[in-house]
Amino acid sequence: MKQFIQGIVENNHQATPLLQMLRQIQSRFHYIPEEAIEQLSGLLNMPRTQIVSVIEFYSFFHLTPRGQYELLISDSITDHMLGKKDLLGYLENKLAVAVGKVRSDGLVSLNNTSCTGMCDQGPAGLVNGYALTHLDHSSIDKIAALINQQKPLSEWPSELFQVDDNIHKSGLLLNQQIEQGAALTAVLKRGIKETLAEIDTSGLRGRGGAGFKTAMKWQFCSEEQQTERYVVCNADEGEPGTFKDRVLLNSYADQVFEGMTVCATIIGAKQGFLYLRGEYLHLHDKLQNILQQRRRNGLLGINILDAGWSFDIEICLGAGAYICGEESALIESLEGKAGIPRNRPPYPVTQGYLGKPTVVNNVETFLAAAGIAVNGGNWFAGIGTEKSKGTKILSISGDCARPGIYEYPFGVTVQTILHDCGADDVLGVQVGGPSGMFISDQEFERKLAFEDLATGGSFIIFNTSRNILDMVHNFTHFFAHESCGFCTPCRVGTSLLQKQMDKIVDGHGSAGDVVVLEELCQLVKNYSHCGLGQTAANPILTTLERYPGLYQSRLKEISYEPGFDLDGALETARRMANRDDAGAHLAQIEVNEHE
Amino acid sequence: MANKIRVATTSLAGCFGCHMSFLDIDERMLQLVEVVEFDRSPLTDIEHCTNCDIGLIEGGVCNSENVHVLREFRNNCKILVAVGACAINGGLPAMRNHIPLEECLSEAYLDGVGVENPQIPNDIELPLLLDQVYPIHEVVKIDYFLPGCPPSADVFWKFLTDLIEGREPSLPYELVHYD
Repeated sequence: MKQFIQGIVENNHQATPLLQMLRQIQSRFHYIPEEAIEQLSGLLNMPRTQIVSVIEFYSFFHLTPRGQYELLISDSITDHMLGKKDLLGYLENKLAVAVGKVRSDGLVSLNNTSCTGMCDQGPAGLVNGYALTHLDHSSIDKIAALINQQKPLSEWPSELFQVDDNIHKSGLLLNQQIEQGAALTAVLKRGIKETLAEIDTSGLRGRGGAGFKTAMKWQFCSEEQQTERYVVCNADEGEPGTFKDRVLLNSYADQVFEGMTVCATIIGAKQGFLYLRGEYLHLHDKLQNILQQRRRNGLLGINILDAGWSFDIEICLGAGAYICGEESALIESLEGKAGIPRNRPPYPVTQGYLGKPTVVNNVETFLAAAGIAVNGGNWFAGIGTEKSKGTKILSISGDCARPGIYEYPFGVTVQTILHDCGADDVLGVQVGGPSGMFISDQEFERKLAFEDLATGGSFIIFNTSRNILDMVHNFTHFFAHESCGFCTPCRVGTSLLQKQMDKIVDGHGSAGDVVVLEELCQLVKNYSHCGLGQTAANPILTTLERYPGLYQSRLKEISYEPGFDLDGALETARRMANRDDAGAHLAQIEVNEHE
Repeated sequence: MANKIRVATTSLAGCFGCHMSFLDIDERMLQLVEVVEFDRSPLTDIEHCTNCDIGLIEGGVCNSENVHVLREFRNNCKILVAVGACAINGGLPAMRNHIPLEECLSEAYLDGVGVENPQIPNDIELPLLLDQVYPIHEVVKIDYFLPGCPPSADVFWKFLTDLIEGREPSLPYELVHYD
């Protein structure tokens, strides 16, 4: 082990290596052994507590051994809609291992994980970090057999790992992939300032969901005094129900890298990063090859296109943390730390990576920027609505005939989308993922645009056979799991929301419990440090507003009931004291309650 | 004075520190008893409460007896108040929540250092421990919460005088910030 870790440290030339080193150690030993922590601490001259805090922060790092085959099954609501729960039980049986446990022979471990971004081809999972799709009984039979025979992943049949693009509707961007180098050539011809002007004309706004004007962000960054500047592409696509960045990086990566390079020429950056979520490990080698090819073709590296520009891109893999999609948390993670959001301001354009001016944009934003650099601002601005120019690439999943990728001009109605993807009998749609909002069948005339329904692209459809409270329950658990733990309103609040939601869903709620739930929602929303906490109550708030009766119908007509099994809570003590008398039991609800 | 406001108090899994802090209202106690009479409380030694206006509960819920006492208070008090960190969050006793109860009992009664005649106490007079220490609002409905470890005497005073004088109780910022 000593040599292995020495090797990792010596061969790592990345700027901020801790996260990537831990990934290598985890992948080699299936956990981060104490000796490794001690050794890293010495070699990196870093306190061991700092290393442990990073390990504990990320879902994909462990302080205790996981199986040689670590199976994680995606817990997105879309996986549940495709029968995940039943499959997980089947998997437990087949592999003789319980969820959350390692089998006694150490060969395999099984657990849940947050949405892996395969919502159009679920139920999905990961084995040692590599994406599995279309899980069913027969593929699980195969997987179980392969594991029990201890076959290396490289010998597993490739169809288990097949990831499809499923592009069902292309528009402005997906129809016209630019030729390699076309955007940079255009910048060279037109001029840097003029290209920024074109991006301004295009009206392009950030595609991650917040919608900040891209030209303005780039201009702010270019005007900073510090000349060491960075470009970061946010491919930490963690919002459940979103998978368009996976498709863009699978089939349009060249154009995304070109967009980053255009940005670098405009802001004067020498170094860029693609922060790729750990769940997309399967894309890593392919993307490295594209970067290599671009270097060979003089589009990355020193003296790009002989224009004197120098810029290169490094890929950094995440390790399972939704919060790292927040730009300042992402930067912390790039610096090898736990992904805890920074105070803003200062914004990354002034103090980002290593405290230097940094542009962080979504994958789709860079894709669009490259297109605009080639085709001009009016090409893009001619489409869409007044405040939302161009198109939006949607990730559509849930109850429809054709889940996948759809590109629409901004301003498209929900109704049109539902029609195109073959969704019938629709109860409602979750727009923008769990942090977005739920809209009911009374609102299908609403438009996707920053003026109405702003979205990062997640579009999950629910038909009338679905129970809205199951969805809210799933989302609320998701936020409690993903809270970074930095601020109390979110760390404690999301857990309390989860507990209170469970109480109502499980039928232990009574008169005051919905009021308590709503008060908690307001507290978490208004007092949390970052967007995660500020939106964590949205699933409850947006459904409570539309379906108050649904929540009320779960309440009992008594004044109060505990949300946990009171008598069950005495079970251990009863067993150990060997008692079963009347005094050793508690009624769940007091019989002679005064009302 | 006829029809005094009736107050009951108790400590469940608490340290009586909140009660001590309540007594720190000092000479204001004389003003208080002009309008208030105490029912069940460690201050009176009355064993069960009957028809009260206000119930003050210190401490969390750690065993079956705590549940019965808490329910008695809920059934007899118009307004039930969680007093202090333990009642609100479980507090210090809830530190055992991270350790399975089986391990706690084994350590204390079976295989801990210095244990003689190891056995789990099993007299039926003894209340059984719950698997965890629970905040009181997870067991019965609670109307108000007084934060602090303990809440200061001024918190008790402000809260009770608000209630007694018919105002909606509210604690100013100075009384609930702790740094």
